[in-house]
Amino acid sequence: MSTITPPPPSVIPSVPTASPTNPRAAGASPRPSGIAAAWMLAKREWVRFFRQRNRVTSAVIQPLLFWLLFGTGLQGSFVGAGEQNFIEYFLPGTIALIVLFTAIFATISVIEDRREGFMQAVLVAPVGRWPVLAGKVLGGSAIAWVQAVVFLGLVYVFGAAPFSVSVVGVLVLLAVMAIAMCSLGMIVAWPMDSTQGFHAIMMLGLMPMWLLSGSFFPIPPIGAEAGVGQMILGGIMRANPLTYPMVELRRLLYPTVDFAASGFAPSPLVCWSVALVFMIGTSLLAWYLMRGSRRADLIA
Amino acid sequence: MSHDAVAAVAGQTSTDRPDAGQAIVCQQVHHRYGDHEALRGVDLTINRGEIFALLGPNGSGKTTLFRLLSTLVPVQRGNITVAGLDVAADPLGVRGRIGIVFQSPSLDKKLTVDENIACQGALYGLTGAALQVRRDEVLSQMKLTDRRHDLCETLSGGLKRRVELAKGMLHRPDVMLLDEPSTGLDPAARIDLWHSLRAMTAAGITVVLTTHLLEEADKADHLAIMFQGQIIAEGTPHGLRSEMGDGLLTISAGDVDAVESILRDELHLAPQRVANQIRIRCEGAAALVPRIAERLGDQVQSIAVGRPGLEDVFIEKTGYRFN
Repeated sequence: MSTITPPPPSVIPSVPTASPTNPRAAGASPRPSGIAAAWMLAKREWVRFFRQRNRVTSAVIQPLLFWLLFGTGLQGSFVGAGEQNFIEYFLPGTIALIVLFTAIFATISVIEDRREGFMQAVLVAPVGRWPVLAGKVLGGSAIAWVQAVVFLGLVYVFGAAPFSVSVVGVLVLLAVMAIAMCSLGMIVAWPMDSTQGFHAIMMLGLMPMWLLSGSFFPIPPIGAEAGVGQMILGGIMRANPLTYPMVELRRLLYPTVDFAASGFAPSPLVCWSVALVFMIGTSLLAWYLMRGSRRADLIA
Repeated sequence: MSHDAVAAVAGQTSTDRPDAGQAIVCQQVHHRYGDHEALRGVDLTINRGEIFALLGPNGSGKTTLFRLLSTLVPVQRGNITVAGLDVAADPLGVRGRIGIVFQSPSLDKKLTVDENIACQGALYGLTGAALQVRRDEVLSQMKLTDRRHDLCETLSGGLKRRVELAKGMLHRPDVMLLDEPSTGLDPAARIDLWHSLRAMTAAGITVVLTTHLLEEADKADHLAIMFQGQIIAEGTPHGLRSEMGDGLLTISAGDVDAVESILRDELHLAPQRVANQIRIRCEGAAALVPRIAERLGDQVQSIAVGRPGLEDVFIEKTGYRFN
């Protein structure tokens, strides 16, 4: 359907003479506020997310399926701390997976934004780079956070985990994890010119990071009696920054279970510190990358 | 709008700038991509309130110049001043004073026209009531008011381009930069585009566009022809054509070499060989046709008489056809 018709010449120069004020005073300020720009870009992420319904469903349904299938399937062959069965053990991991998936889908959109041209208009705006990063990360992590919280609500409604005051800590920790994951996603996505490249990194880097964070199986001990394989795996999992917020998330979700008795359980102080340093570190690195690269601007 | 009103708007914007007459000044601009030298000493002055076309075939350097003007790539050598500000020294300042329409669309297809413009507003410091007022203004100027709640993915190519223009002029830029603005538009939408561009200049905005279409450049107030990273001709379309004289003969022949030597040696004309055609610039070209036709007889396939166009300017300066 074509709706274009050339307008009759008599109506063409509808110049804004109606504006009684000085054009410059009514127009843009010379140095626009980065916060307003970041807020608008975050809002845009939000609006886009809810207009793409498949994203809404896939980010919750897939982890939910994982949780139910693995949880039920591996129930008989698993004994965790505090006599937890696998469906209980895997719950924090599922919530982390929701955060991870949503953050990945939110940041992967930076590649589409660039390919579809939206990003070029943003990059030549007089606001610099940080609002672009802040908008993407805050918008994406807000989506991830809300999805995780919705899932968490269902968990409590169905009684899969005991409801307690520690839920406040869970909410804060999920926000920290969401921001860290979105920043990490930006670090990966920013220099890329194709979503295929992102998927490769996701399967090789982000998914193993999740798997090796104690979300899917317990962290093996690395004491004297441990085998070489266990030593290596345990070492990697201890070096994984995601492991620490996962330990804390598990503790907050099941405050009555004593996890210290069953292997690796750093103190809440250590867990929170690592989580915050991880979040700040990834955000700073993403900002550094975005500031520096001019090459990425030109991928059209 | 009356002529006086146009002058008043133009006057208003020009009084608060020291260099009232010039919107863009480029001095000895060079640019390299690795080993490839994309710009080789570009000098250019663009006056306020006019439509200026950068005409050139693909690879002539016009997109590189566009990127430099729009602060998308940093200046390597030379000076560029846009709206009175140095591009290298104050890129953010320049960005506040230019509106940019890229060749590839920069709209978010999942957002409505209104939302896209609100996004642009936030990036340029326009929010709240000021945004509402200005958005209504540009939407009515671009005749998009009735489509403002439509998702951009549902708009036609011409309408999308108009939304781009509305976005670009939202913050009242001094200079609008457009990269190949008519690409992908049907003829009706192109006419529409030019109406919009004229409305912008009437509002005191300087419009600079790149194009590889001769007929597009012909509509501009001034144009510069680029070739291999340099500006090879500059002036008004009329002025450039006038430099070429009044008449032009274009001869197509089977044996071009033979025909060329006959024209030069026997008829004492000045033939110029371009691809498989021969062109002769001269006054009173029509009067020559019988003489040439008689002498060449069957050797010639066709003789065409015309006035030189911008392509002839290009051919004259480069020896190549424009494509």
